[in-house]
Amino acid sequence: METFQSARRDFLWRIGSAAGAAWITAQWPGILAAAQHAHAAAKANPAPVFEVLTPDHAKEIEALSSAIIPSDELPGAREAGVVYFIDRALKTFAADAQPVYEQGLAHLRKMTSEMFPGVERFSAATLQQQEKLLAKLDEESQSGGRPGRRLGGASNMSFAETLRFHTLAGFLVDPEAGGNRDYVGWNVIGRDPAHSFSPPFGFYDKDYPGWQPASPETETK
Amino acid sequence: MTQAKVTYRPSHEVDFVIIGSGAAGGVLAKELSTNGFRVVVLEQGPYLTEADFTHDEIEVFNNHKLTNNPKRQPVTFRKTESEKAVLQPSVMYGRCVGGSSVHFTANYWRFHEIDFIERSKVGDIPGTGFTDWPISYADLEPYYTKVEWEIGVSGLAGASPFDPPRSKPYPMPPLPVKGSGVLFERGARKLGYHPFPAPMAILSQPRPGRSACVNCGFCLGFGCEVGAKSSSLATVIRVAERTGRCEVRPNCYVHQIATDTNGRVTGAMYFDAHRNTHLQKAKAVVVCANGAETPRLLLLSANKAFPNGLANSSGLVGKYLMPNSSAIAHGVFDEPLNDYKGPAVSRVFHDFYELDATKLGFYGGGGLDARFDFTPLAFAMNGLPPDTPRWGKEFKKALKQNFTRTMEIFCHATSLPVASNNFSLDPDVKDAWGLPALRMTFKDHPNDMKMVAWMADRAMEVLDAAGAKTKWRPPITEQQFAVHLLGTCRMGNDPKTSVINPDHRTHDVPNLFLCDGSSLVTSGRGQPTMTIQALAYRAADRITALAKRGDLAGPAVHAT
Repeated sequence: METFQSARRDFLWRIGSAAGAAWITAQWPGILAAAQHAHAAAKANPAPVFEVLTPDHAKEIEALSSAIIPSDELPGAREAGVVYFIDRALKTFAADAQPVYEQGLAHLRKMTSEMFPGVERFSAATLQQQEKLLAKLDEESQSGGRPGRRLGGASNMSFAETLRFHTLAGFLVDPEAGGNRDYVGWNVIGRDPAHSFSPPFGFYDKDYPGWQPASPETETK
Repeated sequence: MTQAKVTYRPSHEVDFVIIGSGAAGGVLAKELSTNGFRVVVLEQGPYLTEADFTHDEIEVFNNHKLTNNPKRQPVTFRKTESEKAVLQPSVMYGRCVGGSSVHFTANYWRFHEIDFIERSKVGDIPGTGFTDWPISYADLEPYYTKVEWEIGVSGLAGASPFDPPRSKPYPMPPLPVKGSGVLFERGARKLGYHPFPAPMAILSQPRPGRSACVNCGFCLGFGCEVGAKSSSLATVIRVAERTGRCEVRPNCYVHQIATDTNGRVTGAMYFDAHRNTHLQKAKAVVVCANGAETPRLLLLSANKAFPNGLANSSGLVGKYLMPNSSAIAHGVFDEPLNDYKGPAVSRVFHDFYELDATKLGFYGGGGLDARFDFTPLAFAMNGLPPDTPRWGKEFKKALKQNFTRTMEIFCHATSLPVASNNFSLDPDVKDAWGLPALRMTFKDHPNDMKMVAWMADRAMEVLDAAGAKTKWRPPITEQQFAVHLLGTCRMGNDPKTSVINPDHRTHDVPNLFLCDGSSLVTSGRGQPTMTIQALAYRAADRITALAKRGDLAGPAVHAT
């Protein structure tokens, strides 16, 4: 949580320097309230109890999300607390996806024992078996809806698509939204958690001399 | 001096009721109230401010914090008028005080001269309602300048050789260049094009009560926490409220415009937050509800005197929907750009603004911009090369490698006006208030598909010239989702072929005015908001002049 607090502090400080005193005086209480709210939300989550998922389902979902974003030398879905994010999602914004999960998990269980007799559940399968099971799930989902570019969300998303979307969300959304615990997801992809930035932003704009009109020799048209 | 905020009782007849508080509604509220009129702005959505804005994608995208929620206000879609429309969230617009200007990208290109006279120049295009505007670029120029200075647009005048004439430079310098902008400039110049700093409705310098952009990166799709994005909320709405004559009333869903026996409007009927119905009385009504909700409201307001919908004697209310065609190309580079920082766009070129129709075999044109507009989650869903595994070690590795090294080139282009592309009322589906749902009928004109595919190929060449090590572009598919809601109550001199006159007055009802994306006659090149606001400033001047000479109610009219 320390990272989160210091990111917010840095944000407030930079706004102050960018905006000047008048703006900060006018907006300070509002900004502070937002920061406190976000901090409380981050602190309250992940709760170590599941509100919707049964322990059994939680174990399967953790194994599934971990197969989507595995833990290797860098943290994965497990370390980001994705299963807790999904539990909260199924209670809040994705409550109507509960049957999708229930049916999907039941289907997966059946598929697991059919494809690998003697293996009862996804979480008990070997890595290679998990790969094959995910491939099969994904293949089946190709006929279903997929979310759009703007995350508009198709209403008929399959279990595989829903699970993948929720796993990625739990790994990568701002911790304000209850995922990406301690910014582990952002650390993996290289997203600095600060709330404000100054140029240069990266490698290519480092030595940019400022905009100039095109020189005549580059004019070909 | 700041006045106390005013409130009016609905039974109190004000001068103007404005429906919608977005790009156009905000400007009209500010102009009409500072000109001395009493104004009520009715906004469907909530009144959020900077303190309510968040980087929480679940809140913003999944829970539709800033936009219409298709669960409560369903939309149906079909490609042609002979099909039955199916439930499909095919329209998105801002639904909060400030409208779509709260969450937009803030690309602020002016239209060019050609956009107003293109029909005369290239001739008829069969199967379309392609026509010239009744006003010219020169008529709008002073208002474009007014937009730039009043709300705050950053840019560099004279940097693009294709720019139309302007009376004043930008009020502030461009925003910082991003890695995508530098690479775009490099590639485009190698190919002989003329990239320039993007004109953006985002502050590069602070203004009273507003911070300069802090480059937080949660820009497109989000409300600005520091007031740097020049939304109606952060600019004109506040000026309007400070006059002490304008009340902005949120959570008011207008479902009917009331009329009297003389064929004049008397006010707007709306549901409040508790679903109680009120009539806000007014001498005149200005509808700025966007190119989907404005025609829907006119159609919902049908009555005995106006059986086909209000102001619809032409039958064109809802017709000629032009959502702008577009395409996108992605490139991955060797070194980190960290393009997630800052607003989406920093460089543009307009070399293709006016393509040679005879040479290429299709009409139209557009502009290309260099951008990165993905949140981390959106990137994981849609930002990786198409052959990347969808899960597992390799997927994770691609995320790690590409998130900081990817950029996009977005091609923004024209849509032709086709009458069978339109908004209408769905005969079966109702929204959560029991009102007929919006129905969208749309199929791209083949010309637009060809043109945008051509532009996407040029974008790939620019990425190549910039040194991209991987590049790809999704196939061009027919659009089934619209955010640019243009052309659906078009402006014109002839009441038979247009809905409003050049004063934004409806041809049929003298004290009913429309101003928003629906007023547009052509679609421009994919960046309509600047023009919508320039039209709104101009409309406010025209309406003020009519009101001052006591001409709001107009001559006696016959309802058709």
